[in-house]
Amino acid sequence: MSPNDRSLKARHQAFPIHPGRIFTWTLLFLGGVVMVTPILFMLSTSLKDASQVYDLRLIPEAPSLDNYKVVLSDGRFLRWFLNSVIVAVCVTLSNVFFDSLVGYTLAKFQFRGRYLVFLAILSTLMIPTEMLVIPWYLMASSFGWIDSYWGIMFPGMMTAFGTFLMKQFFETVPDEFLEAARVDGLNEFTIWWRVAMPLVTPALSALAIFTFLGNWTAFFWPLIVTNSRELYTLPIGLSSFAVEQAIQWEMIMTGASLATIPTLIVFLLLQRYIVRGVMLAGLKG
Amino acid sequence: MTTALSARYGLIRGNLSLRQKRVLWAWSFLAVPIAFYSIIRFWPTLEAFTLSFTDWNLLRPASFVGFDNYIRLANDPLFWQVFRNSAVYLLIGTPVSLVLSFVIAYYLDRVNFMHGFIRALYFLPFLTTAAAMAWVWRWFYQPLPIGVLNGVLTWLGLSQQPFLRSTVQALPAILAPAIWAGLGFQVIIFMAGLRAIPLSYYEAARIDGLSELAILRKITIPLLKPTIVFLVVFSSIGFLRIFDQVYNMTFNDPGGPLNTTKPIVLMIYQTAFKSMEMGYAAAQTVVLFLVLLVVSLIQLRLLKDH
Repeated sequence: MSPNDRSLKARHQAFPIHPGRIFTWTLLFLGGVVMVTPILFMLSTSLKDASQVYDLRLIPEAPSLDNYKVVLSDGRFLRWFLNSVIVAVCVTLSNVFFDSLVGYTLAKFQFRGRYLVFLAILSTLMIPTEMLVIPWYLMASSFGWIDSYWGIMFPGMMTAFGTFLMKQFFETVPDEFLEAARVDGLNEFTIWWRVAMPLVTPALSALAIFTFLGNWTAFFWPLIVTNSRELYTLPIGLSSFAVEQAIQWEMIMTGASLATIPTLIVFLLLQRYIVRGVMLAGLKG
Repeated sequence: MTTALSARYGLIRGNLSLRQKRVLWAWSFLAVPIAFYSIIRFWPTLEAFTLSFTDWNLLRPASFVGFDNYIRLANDPLFWQVFRNSAVYLLIGTPVSLVLSFVIAYYLDRVNFMHGFIRALYFLPFLTTAAAMAWVWRWFYQPLPIGVLNGVLTWLGLSQQPFLRSTVQALPAILAPAIWAGLGFQVIIFMAGLRAIPLSYYEAARIDGLSELAILRKITIPLLKPTIVFLVVFSSIGFLRIFDQVYNMTFNDPGGPLNTTKPIVLMIYQTAFKSMEMGYAAAQTVVLFLVLLVVSLIQLRLLKDH
């Protein structure tokens, strides 16, 4: 179902080359350059010193990493970075585990109440998270979860979107595989973990990518549930840092670069999987 | 004899309990998730509705006030301003991003040369953090000599623009990075939809002598219907819930100038966590929920009927 190179080639034979196509290509390319310009300007300015910020040329005259040294020197960014990594990794692992466990159960077990459970989980998609933040905040303050990793993480530990996505994929797994494992005497948990899970790895990676990215960039809930600087995630920390820097744009751009560079590196390494994951999730979800 | 019978009986019982065992496994798999959804999703949903009928403000115990919060909201000029702003985010953001991403996907689908590279250029902004890029765009919009955009405008011989300082220009200026960041995702989804259309349809249409425009109108767009419906609903919900960009780009005066950029979610945030009027804020979240529900239903109805 995912587009492979062969179908790509077939498509291009179906759309023959003529001069108009070169024009189209150029326009598309220029549009793409415009798209990345903000990112390039951010990176370029992070390498300039304060006196060069007014110089709007993209290539810095004397690029230096001094801004990064200053921004990283007090350890705040490293702490925020670490917080973001911990939160995003834990929430992603939890979603990969529970969303697929629930999706598998709803797809492959016959029992009374199955449909009701499915509908109940699906119905949570209709409720915007903004509606839940006030009750969540009250819950977090009465249990002492304000300013804790768990406080940032708990609302997202399972999602209806992920459950729905995984259910769709587990439905395509043939029952014979699972029966064979049952005959071999494996218990149900092992069948799910050892037999069914490896068959849906593309869906798992799509779910993992989406969950990680969503939590890495999350702003609204972490802003509400964290008060102390030590517990800020990277986006909240960056926002407070930028306010404090006022008009020192080269410092703000350095902070923004620090928040952006990790995802860009991951993207360059995993581009194929990420694009495929977005397509998978978009088509099935 | 008895052993044979009991063995048989045991077998039957074993069979029965095998099925029961599977049901038991299923519920044990679901136990933690059901607890999670009940405590973290369903209970808070009910609580939000309940709170919206109280005057709770964290200082004194909540008391039931009926529809007072909703009546206050209906008489609050700020709410109508915010409502209008959110409508503008939606009514500009959704069509602009959809048309742009469709045009890009339509042509990118036919590009062979450096296909992956160009796709990456469009997709990259989707992976950025909205809070970080909001500050980059905020810098772009600064007056001379710092602002990049005003630098370009003066270089072109045009006059400087106030952007974020103008009551008219600020909202589109904030909308731009939101559209920019979401475009790559929509392009990828459109391309997946285009790929799903069998090539034989195009070939048949060409043999019949249909022009490219006719093919687009009669084949491509009708067959993309499910993709379009998904993207319209998905991006509308996104624009109605805009927050990160507004909060960061108007930090000194959130939602300003003069509340002309304030969306519903920012109003909720300020009511709940700055003024601590939890009951009033809960009523606003219920209104947001109803708005999202109504907009999605209208879109699904309109788009499915055609």
